Amino acid sequence: MKVVVCVKQIPDPALPGELDPSTNYLKRDDKLILDESDSYGVEMALQLVEGAGGGEVSLVSMAPNNEVSGLRTALAMGAEDAILVSDNALAGSDALGTARVLAAAISRLSPDLVLAGVESSDGYTGTVPEMIAGVLDIPSITFAKQIEIDGNTVKVQRQTEAGYDDVECQTPALVSVTAGVVEPRYPSFKGIMAAKKKPVEELDLSALGLDESSVGQSGARQETVRVTEAEERQAGEVIEDEGDAHEKIVEFLGELKIV
Amino acid sequence: MPPLRNGVVMTDIDIADEMLAALKNWVEAEVIPHASEFELPDEYPTDMALQMADFGLFGATIPSEFGGLELDNMTYARVIEELSRGWMSLAGIINSHLICAKLISKFGSDEQKLKWLPSMATGELRGCFSLSEPDSGSDAGALRCRAERDGDEWVINGTKMWVTNGEKAGVVALLARVPDGEEENSGGITCFIVEKTPGSESGDGVSISRKIDKLGYRGLETVEMSYVDHRLNHDQLLGGDNGIGNGLRWALSALELGRINVAARGVGVAQAAYDAALSYAKEREAFGRPISQHQAIAFKLAEMATKLEAARLLTYEAARKADAGERVDLAAGMAKLFASETASELALDAMRIHGGNGFSTEYPVERYYRDAPLMIIGEGTSEIQKLVISRALLADD
Ligand SMILES: Cc1cc2nc3c(=O)[nH]c(=O)nc-3n(C[C@H](O)[C@H](O)[C@H](O)COP(=O)(O)OP(=O)(O)OC[C@H]3O[C@@H](n4cnc5c(N)ncnc54)[C@H](O)[C@@H]3O)c2cc1C
Ligand SMILES: Cc1cc2nc3c(=O)[nH]c(=O)nc-3n(C[C@H](O)[C@H](O)[C@H](O)COP(=O)(O)OP(=O)(O)OC[C@H]3O[C@@H](n4cnc5c(N)ncnc54)[C@H](O)[C@@H]3O)c2cc1C
Repeated sequence: MKVVVCVKQIPDPALPGELDPSTNYLKRDDKLILDESDSYGVEMALQLVEGAGGGEVSLVSMAPNNEVSGLRTALAMGAEDAILVSDNALAGSDALGTARVLAAAISRLSPDLVLAGVESSDGYTGTVPEMIAGVLDIPSITFAKQIEIDGNTVKVQRQTEAGYDDVECQTPALVSVTAGVVEPRYPSFKGIMAAKKKPVEELDLSALGLDESSVGQSGARQETVRVTEAEERQAGEVIEDEGDAHEKIVEFLGELKIV
Repeated sequence: MPPLRNGVVMTDIDIADEMLAALKNWVEAEVIPHASEFELPDEYPTDMALQMADFGLFGATIPSEFGGLELDNMTYARVIEELSRGWMSLAGIINSHLICAKLISKFGSDEQKLKWLPSMATGELRGCFSLSEPDSGSDAGALRCRAERDGDEWVINGTKMWVTNGEKAGVVALLARVPDGEEENSGGITCFIVEKTPGSESGDGVSISRKIDKLGYRGLETVEMSYVDHRLNHDQLLGGDNGIGNGLRWALSALELGRINVAARGVGVAQAAYDAALSYAKEREAFGRPISQHQAIAFKLAEMATKLEAARLLTYEAARKADAGERVDLAAGMAKLFASETASELALDAMRIHGGNGFSTEYPVERYYRDAPLMIIGEGTSEIQKLVISRALLADD
């Protein structure tokens, strides 16, 4: 079984981020790290392959400046190899452009299953995975909390507001994995040593056979029109307990659909 | 092939940084928030030990040909520092195990290395180190545990104190005296590798006679062990016939590196104490402003940070020297002396800065305060370090 995981490398969320005022793009000049949202996909893929008693987990990523730090983290967890697409012409890619690039990289690997995060931590449009499936013309299932491979069928527990649905489709397929459904392993020190030697194939647009006009800023049909500061957090509502505080709290939680 | 310097394989610095980053993530997510849940009731942190095995830490300094990570001294010191910043006892879980492994890999025969090191590297087989006795600690040469030869076997009789990891261990690096040695000097002291069943009931004449209740360094066991006519095979004599009478010298050489380790623990605890003090001083208000704005507290923070930095630099310098194959008795002694005293001083300073809260088990500083004194006692007290240092200084006279 061959599983490909889409892995986004993002600026460290622990450091203050900055937008380029001329383009409104996030600045990505410093070291990029593995998006935590994708560590669940990597863990899920490793568990599937271990459970199947064999197979291979490969990674694909698109990132500027030939960045591999985040990929190395996922390789240290146990993935075999990776494809990194990096090309100056990709700057300003929108979600569809990104999906075209990732789809082209994925199709070189002919996987049985493609995993991605439901949404990234920095861009979080939550659209790239389904667009990849669209470009590759394969079925896709979203919000997976559990995945099982049975022959040529992939069976997924798809998380819903009320619980989960059991859904299935034929392989090859793409599944997006909900954050938090598995516990990503810490890389072992041997894994970290081994990751340095694992192959990362670096490709540019021409190697993928993609045309500049369909990707990057020139291909982008999505535009960031305006960026506004997030509103200051408002003070909360104080409930004085006059014997009915618990009812008010239940009512409040009900409005939030938590209970 | 990684670069070799005088037989020490240097760990690639990028790889070392990644290891430390992964360890830090774990220490912050799993160790710091939960250490007190195990430490206060003196409960063994089984899951933490399992994760340490998954990282590969039970093989941290074991040669790679036996499945270990073969980290250099600098990287190992950084690992110990980070573990101790979270909870000093975690460093203890691997320390005496690795001293035992070091004795085997440095002085054991090829068969002995192959027999024990691969399973020690994974943590499946755990080791401990047993030199101290009820009546001999600093004066290790005065130990009384006896080993007498009987054909192809050795018969062990004696009582050992302060055996950290003694219960979990399946192998014990035991220092005992063979009869032809003279009691007055360290003659005849020999290292044996005792095999035992892990657990409180070991059998075959080896028993855990007492579990010692400790001020700090809790969560892992330190025990008294007694040997009554326990029989060993001749092939458990470390280094074969050549090992007879060499045990103390070998143990002291393994402890020399142990001193860098204890220094690194001191740095880790001192860092934790300083971090706690700094953040508390910025938040706690008295007389209308944060206490960090009162000069007495600000100056205390300045002194703490300076001592911490000095302790770390001494420790890293000793590790660097060891990695360069240079003599380290002086540097390791200085690092151990200064870092352990610094940890104790900073733990008390952090407690002062915390006021009453520092005395409460709701804050971790009381744990730093209880853990820090071990570093000024274990693996050579501060007085013994001063002996080591002054001897090295006066050696030419
Ligand atoms: C040179 C360059 C400059 C860029 N500049 C910007 C920028 O300024 N602003 C910006 O937002 N983005 C930028 N990107 C990144 C790219 O455009 C985004 O990946 C894209 O917009 C996807 O949006 P998203 O994060 O909302 O994905 P989502 O749809 O939220 O992501 C869902 C999942 O899709 C997968 N995925 C998404 N993106 C990638 C990727 N790049 N590689 C691998 N897997 C992926 C992951 O599994 C992820 O969890 C840049 C990329 C390059 C190469
Ligand atoms: C929690 C814990 C765990 C331990 N784990 C282990 C272990 O795993 N394995 C093991 O073998 N041992 C272990 N030890 C033992 C430890 O190494 C000894 O306690 C230490 O070496 C001191 O020996 P002692 O306790 O006999 O003190 P003593 O040697 O009796 O010292 C008492 C005092 O006299 C001073 N003193 C002694 N000689 C001199 C001198 N010549 N000049 C000046 N002052 C001197 C000492 O500095 C000290 O202040 C452990 C100890 C503790 C507390």
